[in-house]
Order: sequence, then C-alpha cells, then structure tokens
Amino acid sequence: MYVAVKGGERAIQNSYELIAEARRGDPAHAELTLDQIKQQMRLAVDRVMTEGSVYDADLAALALKQAAGDIAEAVFLLRAFRATLPRFGYTEPLDTSRMRLWRRVSATFKDLPGGQILGPTYDYTQRLLDFSLSEPASSAVAAESGDGKAEPVPGVLSLIEQEGLIEPQEPAAGDPDPTDLTREPLRFPAARPVRLQNLARGDEGFLLAMGYSTQRGYSHTHPFAGEIRFGVLEVEIVPEELGFAVPIGEIALTECQMVNQFAGSAIEPPKFTRGYGLAFGHCERKAMAMALVDRALRAGELGESAEAPAQKQEFVLSHSDSLEASGFVQHLKLPHYVDFQSELELVRKMRARR
Amino acid sequence: MNLARLGAGFSSPVLDSQRTFRGALEALSRPGRVVTAGGPAEVPRNVAESACALALALLDQDTTLWLSPLLAPVGGYLRFHTGCRLVSQEAEADFALLDSAELPSLDLFRCGSDEYPDRSATVIVQVPTLEAGSGLRLSGPGIRGSVRVAIGGLHEAFFLYWGRNRALFPRGIDVFFACGPLLCGLPRTTRIEV
Amino acid sequence: MRDVNYNFGYLDERTKRMIRRAILKAVAIPGYQVPFGSREMPLPYGWGTGGIQVTASVIGPNDVLKVIDQGADDTVNAVNIRRFFQRTTGVTTTQRTADATLIQTRHRIPETPLTERQTIIYQVPVPEPLQRLEPRELETRRMHALAEYGLMHVKLYEDIARYGHVAATYDYPVMVNGRYLMAPSPIPKFDNPKMSMNPALQLFGAGREKRIYAVPPYTKVESLAFDDHPFEVQRWTAACALCGSRSSFLDEIVTDDRGGRMFVCSDTDYCGSRQSGKEEAA
Repeated sequence: MYVAVKGGERAIQNSYELIAEARRGDPAHAELTLDQIKQQMRLAVDRVMTEGSVYDADLAALALKQAAGDIAEAVFLLRAFRATLPRFGYTEPLDTSRMRLWRRVSATFKDLPGGQILGPTYDYTQRLLDFSLSEPASSAVAAESGDGKAEPVPGVLSLIEQEGLIEPQEPAAGDPDPTDLTREPLRFPAARPVRLQNLARGDEGFLLAMGYSTQRGYSHTHPFAGEIRFGVLEVEIVPEELGFAVPIGEIALTECQMVNQFAGSAIEPPKFTRGYGLAFGHCERKAMAMALVDRALRAGELGESAEAPAQKQEFVLSHSDSLEASGFVQHLKLPHYVDFQSELELVRKMRARR
Repeated sequence: MNLARLGAGFSSPVLDSQRTFRGALEALSRPGRVVTAGGPAEVPRNVAESACALALALLDQDTTLWLSPLLAPVGGYLRFHTGCRLVSQEAEADFALLDSAELPSLDLFRCGSDEYPDRSATVIVQVPTLEAGSGLRLSGPGIRGSVRVAIGGLHEAFFLYWGRNRALFPRGIDVFFACGPLLCGLPRTTRIEV
Repeated sequence: MRDVNYNFGYLDERTKRMIRRAILKAVAIPGYQVPFGSREMPLPYGWGTGGIQVTASVIGPNDVLKVIDQGADDTVNAVNIRRFFQRTTGVTTTQRTADATLIQTRHRIPETPLTERQTIIYQVPVPEPLQRLEPRELETRRMHALAEYGLMHVKLYEDIARYGHVAATYDYPVMVNGRYLMAPSPIPKFDNPKMSMNPALQLFGAGREKRIYAVPPYTKVESLAFDDHPFEVQRWTAACALCGSRSSFLDEIVTDDRGGRMFVCSDTDYCGSRQSGKEEAA
C-alpha cells in the first residue's frame, strides 16, 4: 500500500528519452541544421552569445537546438560549457569607433559625420505577418550593400564632448584591471566596470523592464539615444612572448551610447551624462535597455537620490542573471516535503492553540 | 631559467593536489592533529616536503606569495609550477612561506577586515619538529576538549603574537606548521597554552 | 566508470583551487560566509550547485559518496547528483550513512550519528540568515562584522508575542561558536541539535549566492532562543509505520483521499537498516 518516491534512476532515464523525442518533433520533417539556425535565427543566436558570455555562433546554435529554442535554457547550456574552460589571456580593449559599420543611427543629430546608416532593422517594417514566408522562397533577394562601411566613424558623443557639454569618459585613476565577474563573486558596492559586466550578461527581459521603469517615473534620467551602432570589429591580444598586439578574429557588436540630461550639482555645472550598453551580435533592445539601466545605477556617483528600483544596484545586479533567477524559481519543483512537514506541524499546532 | 634544475612538481597534479588539500583541510579542521601531506618526488632544497605540497596545491595565478629570505631561492620553482605572483611586502601576500628560525613580525601580514575577514594571509611556517601527544595545549573549534602537540622552533614572540591574533577575531591570519611530510593547522580560532 | 572526457570531479583545477582556498578560510572562521567565484554548473542554480562545487573540490578517488535529498537517497535530484559524481569521478557511492566518507545533503542531517572520518556537505539555497529581514547585502555584511544581530532577536521575539512560540520550523537560525549567526540550510529544526559538537566536518555551499561556510568538528552551534522560551524540536505522537522509530524525523504520507495518513522516517537508510535489523532478529 505504501509507495515511496522510488525509482528515481529509471524516471530520469525515461525523461531523457522523452525530451529527446519532443525536441526532434515529427521525424517526417527534416532535422534542423546548425547552419540553418545560425543563418536564419541569427538574433536568437546573438542573444544566446551575449547572455551566455561566449562569442561562438556554432555553440550558440547548438545550444538553441538542444534547448528546443528556449533562450534561457540555451544561455544556461552555453554558460555551463564556458565555466570550466581555461583562460589563455585577455584581449586588448576594443575601440568601437573603428567598427566596420552595418548600421548606425543617432536620434540626437539629424545629420552627422559618417552619416546615418539604417542597415538591417525591423524598425520601419510594418508588423504584418508576411504569409509569403510560410512557403520557402524560390530565390534570395539581393539587397544593396551588406558589406559594411570600412572607414572608421567616430562616435556621435565625441562631437559634444569637444564642447565640454558631456562628461568625459575616462578610465578610473591608475586604469586598474576590471574585476572579472565570471571568476569572482559580485561584491557591493560594485564599481561601474563590474556593473556593466553584470548587465551585459543580464537577462534581456529583466533589463528591458528595468530600463522601461526609468521612463515611467521610477528614476527620471531624460535619455536620448545618442548613438546605436552595429558592425564588426577586430579583436586583438598581446601574447607575452611577442609583446605586441596580434588580431585573433572579428566579432560583431551592438553598442548604445545613451545621452542623459544632468541638472548639475553644488560642485558640477549642468551637462550631459552617459549610459552605456554593449552586446555581442545584433542585440539593440538589449544594448539600449542596458544603457538606460547603467545610467540609472550611476545615481549615487552623480549625487542624485536613489529611490527607484532601477537605481538600486543590489536590487538590479542581484536579480539580472537569468541562470540564477530561472534556477531558483524552478527549484521550487524539487521536493520540499521535509520543510513542508515542519510547516504542516506548525500550522496544526497554531490552530490547536486558538 | 634552467628547467631541469628547477625540479619536478606533482607527478599527478590533479590527484596529488586533491590529496594535499584534504590533508590541509583535516589539519585546519582539527587543530593539533598531525597529518601527512606528501610532496613532489624531488623537493627543492631547504623546503619541507609538506610546505612544498601545500604551495603546489593551493597557489596559482590568482594568488600572491611572500617568501622569507631563507626560502627566497624556492621562488623560481613555485612561480614556474603554480604561476603565483611573488611579492616583497608582507602586506601584499595571500600566502607566506617562512622558517621558524627567521620568524618575522607576523603583524605585517594581512588579517582581513571585519566585513571580509577571509581576505587574510595564510602563513606556512617550517618547523624543525612536529609531534602530537605532548607539548602545547590547544583548544577551540575542531578540538574535542583540548589536545597536545609539540611544535619545535617557536619562541615567546610567536605566542605573544598569537594572543594578539586571536583577539582580532574574526580578523586574523591562519597558520600551517610544516615539518618534513607532516602538517599541523592553527586556525585563528585556536587557543594555545604553553 | 569515470568519463575521461571530463576532469576528475568535473571542475577545472584552477576553479578547484579557488574553492579549496575558500573552504580553508571558511573552516578558520566558523559560520562566516566566504564569497567565492561560483561557476555555472551543468545543473541549475538552486538545485545544489553550491554543494556540488564543494563536493567536487573535496572529493578524491578513495572517497565513498552518499547523496541525499529530504533524507532519501532515491529522490530524483539526489539520484541525478550521485550520477554526476559517478560519471565525473568514478568513486564508490553508497546509501549507507555509516559507510560514507562524504555526504552531500539537501534539507536533512542523517539520523545515524556522524563520525570523525566523515564530512557532510550541505546544499544551501539562501546562505544569509538575515536576508528575509534585510535584503541588502551591504547592511547584512555590516551586521555580521559588528555581531549586531538585534534584528533577528526582534523577529523571534515578535513571533513569540504573536504566536506564543518562534514561527520557524526549518532553516532555523543558529549561532556558531558564539560569534556568527548562520543559516543551517533548510533542514528541519529537528536536526539543529545534531550540528553542535558534531565529530564530522560540516561544509556549506551556496552556488547561486556564491558563498561557502563551515562548522568545524566539535564546535558549538546554538539555535537561537530566549530563557523563557527555550528551543524545542518537533515531536510526533506516531511512530514510523515501517520501522517503528520514535526518535527520527517523520514524513507524513497521504494514503487515500479520505484523510488517511501514515508517518514514515524521512531518512530512508536509517529506516531501511532498522527494518532489516528487525527481520534478522526475528
């Protein structure tokens, strides 16, 4: 009559087989290839690379396939893979003004050196379901220039920087090496480089909601999209035995420079301030939300009051990681009957006393 | 650098490190207990086998090491095998390796802050003799009642220092005594009666 | 058999060294939560990643490993973690508490008393005992620095004023060696007294919150209480329906939909060995 929760081993084995079957779907249809995912689901791949903190489209595509399209699960797979990889070295800082641009827009200037490049964007599409996509197209559409602008285009903010109207962007005194959040735990108060790392790895949905809240009165930062750029950039390292920088490849990046009003303080004249967002691949929503949250989190250093959730670094940084959040929320599925037994007994005792 | 002259590290880094760590963990969890922590096949001159093993097991690119003058020659060996950074100031050291014959002022080592008492130095002291069962009486966490251990080479200054170290709790340094293949731990919580 | 595609214990050596250094600090400062660079593991946060990282850094080929969840060896998460270590270390595993050198646990301490040759590793979801009262880490860290635990005492006192007793039944806060307030992890308070002066080394790993802490052997662990409201553990009027034990923690099993209940030991190894002992005696 008594049936304990036995047979865990067999249950797990069965669930492995069931998930493999569910992932594959109906075998009458062709199996997805990683190239198809990389080519036709590029934004999902980019998001998985960004939050997974690994620039590797093949691995991200594999993770997406294995996760049956669940972004958070794919991010988890990629993070777990990277966690124990050896470190060979650190790259040189990237100069994003040297990006080969595919897209570059500014909301603050109508025209500017280097021009506006609309590039690939959904921004001005009409969001009508395109039923022609429901059947494979007979031939590909050739768009004009997809190769990117080769010559360096300086960032928009350097234009107002020359006038001294925006805070300069200087490394901290002594230019210390930033903490590496993938090796060291988050400590509070967290300096801006640490915060930016956290936000870069943070869940897009969470950052979006946090950024959105700053536009709805929960910390007003008066943002303008100074510049959003998407393009490719060479990555370099300096091998110890060589002593000079050598390129090791190219990565695609999305960068957002948010310009925010600052009323000034007792010691500082009014000026513009910055919020910064950076993501692997093409992740504009993420980069913009990140820039809003970054600026909100600078409330303390700029002498602003920090009452809103997006301004509280412990609140934001401790809850931004989708692995931590997803794991802990879902751990409620694990058995808790010992704790529950204790609570049951307590509630009975409390009711008996009444 | 002559690699052949440096001497070999652990023959099986993964398993030897694990074994050494377990020895160190037992030693620090049960102060006064003398445990065996065998080192690499050939230990550099002047270094106790267990001290060498401990350094190989715990040090890497993320740690700094301070060496006393007597043990400075072993710096090349440890730097090569672990990648640790050698520092000349006691206050910069995560780990320190020294001989009881030249016990420096231990007050110079980092003892952490009240918020982060773990950001403190671990000091490995080589001693001429180490034997459980008689000698100093130790008590505190990890010890059932009290335990006796004879640690050679310690002078009055060390015991005075240790009293100050204990008073700093939760700040403070932690010590391992090393003698040949033997190891004995002295966490900051342990009380010593001479 | 060990899967040779992975390093022994899964973690890379540099990660193990970092965790080992943190464990040594934790032992030296009983009850203090040492921050560590917790890695993403192939299991989700909240499912034992802290315990797994501690076990992976401690375990050696000669260890005998037992993994329990809610006191049982055969619940799915315990099975999964045990399989993980079988695959990555090839060590012998056991369900018998007495045979284990390492015990990884979620939410229980075995009924069979632990010995000096054993290390118990707790999976910890929320290492900060003050977090529910003060979510800001900067604040709780300051409280630990000053040993300023008034907030917790006030909370317990309010419980007593309101309910007549402390309304915490698991993860009941403890004071370690008279200095640090510590979360014992969500073990039932029934298990709290087992922590004190235990001959085994007790290690705690919180992966998501990135903390490791420890209670060395033979260290005093007191459950918080007041003179006029001493600490009490749960008691059952029933005995275990399978082994007859009256001294173990019992789980309530719903046997039908008409309110039928029975009580059985949560510690399956303890219950099983008592049952087989009876059979032998019979």
